[in-house]
Amino acid sequence: MTALATQSKTVNPSTSLRASLKYKTKLYWPLTKPLQSGLLLATGLAGYMSARCPIFSMGTLLGLAGSLFLAIAGSTVLNMWWDRDIDAKMGRTKKRPTSSGQVTEREVLRLGLILSILGVGWAVAIGASFGLIVFAGLFFDVVIYSMWLKRRTCWGIVWGGISGAMPILAGRALGLGSIDWIGLTLALGVLFWIPTHTLTFSMKFEKDYADACVPTFPSTYGLGVTRATIAISSVLAALMMVIAGYGIGMTWGFLRLLGVLSAGLLMLAVTVTFNPSERVNFSLFKYASIYMLAAMILVVLEVI
Amino acid sequence: MKLTSSDRILLLFTALLASYQVAVGMDGFSALPIIAYTTGFGVLLIAALLIFILGFDVLDSPIVVIVSTVIPLTLSLGLVWQHFASFRISYLVFAITSFLAVALTRSIPMQNKLPVITIAVTHGIAGMTIFLLPIILSIQGLTKPLFLLVGAGGALIGIGGLLLSFLKTGRPILSRNTIMRLFPSLLLVTTALFVAGFKYG
Repeated sequence: MTALATQSKTVNPSTSLRASLKYKTKLYWPLTKPLQSGLLLATGLAGYMSARCPIFSMGTLLGLAGSLFLAIAGSTVLNMWWDRDIDAKMGRTKKRPTSSGQVTEREVLRLGLILSILGVGWAVAIGASFGLIVFAGLFFDVVIYSMWLKRRTCWGIVWGGISGAMPILAGRALGLGSIDWIGLTLALGVLFWIPTHTLTFSMKFEKDYADACVPTFPSTYGLGVTRATIAISSVLAALMMVIAGYGIGMTWGFLRLLGVLSAGLLMLAVTVTFNPSERVNFSLFKYASIYMLAAMILVVLEVI
Repeated sequence: MKLTSSDRILLLFTALLASYQVAVGMDGFSALPIIAYTTGFGVLLIAALLIFILGFDVLDSPIVVIVSTVIPLTLSLGLVWQHFASFRISYLVFAITSFLAVALTRSIPMQNKLPVITIAVTHGIAGMTIFLLPIILSIQGLTKPLFLLVGAGGALIGIGGLLLSFLKTGRPILSRNTIMRLFPSLLLVTTALFVAGFKYG
């Protein structure tokens, strides 16, 4: 009995440290929005692969993946730190560790800065232009979009979109050594795809954004204009991806498949515009993610 | 009725197989069969993805009856165009007319049996074409023996299409639950038979 009591009181420092690290990681991981960061990372990798580098380097590929993931995750954490007050007012986000008080403001800021500095620093070490584009993405996302425009105008999402388009441009610029029209078209594809994703989201959680006083397209221009914007941006996103696919030199078969997937996106966008419902909105939101992932996989498969 | 994990896996494989067929399964075909097969397998691909995202509820949409006729019509059109040159134009006219007839009879409310008859005739002819044509061609030695797999796929898609159509018209052959339980497997086996038939036939 005594021995058991003594044993339970003795805490092994390494076990305690491991438990603490495990607990922190569990809290920090959702701050990076792993799925969203993963999807943007996939666009960066696809951009790199699309350049058909004559000398394929696994080290560069790993460096690209590591630096992009750190920079994207860093900017996401910094956004969460900045938006912690409005996140606490929105039903969808009030349980986030930043707004529920599970992590302190200071440690979130510190985590965001460390990840961002590591990511951008690593990117600059890999290549100056690559690093500059990665930094631009982070700057547009955190400073221009979140800090400056998000609470002032619904048009802030354009800058959020530009930021989201940076990984694919950075990846292609790294593979190619310069920025070309295909890289810009791929970036435009992502830029036009983002409203399909975010505007559908802002329609679904319109009340949440209104509670937090964040201007959105639905609250500023109404649902009709928002739906029309989604449809137009879907058409443009699909068009850009097909043009980029053609520019990359995709085979007709892969272009056909991209066309079929784009047709699905257009069909849903048209349905959202003319026969809207919660279910169709949700399906467009989900399908848009699958579409982008599939388009990136096609770009990679085309090259390997 | 909710989708199970195994349903999702089956639908994902269906989407992958249909993607494969669209991307690499039509090399060397002429323009119209490529358009027809791309449309047919494209509808299969999008349908599998939408069921994957939204669940079986998507099948309650009134547009399903119209869309479900596209698959047999386009696949049968592709087959006739490739293997029955003398029927090309007449079958193309049939395919377009049937599709328009189904779309029209499903869009305008009607009290008579015309919508059901139109669906039955369309699925019947298109289904029998996909079922019989590959079997006849492979038996006659005009194609490789495994081309009859396309026929087997045709039989299954015909059954699936009829089950769904009659369910939608309020005269179900099997209960809704039974159809939904079978649907993902039916879709995967059908797509696999088509892909294998076109590849090895």
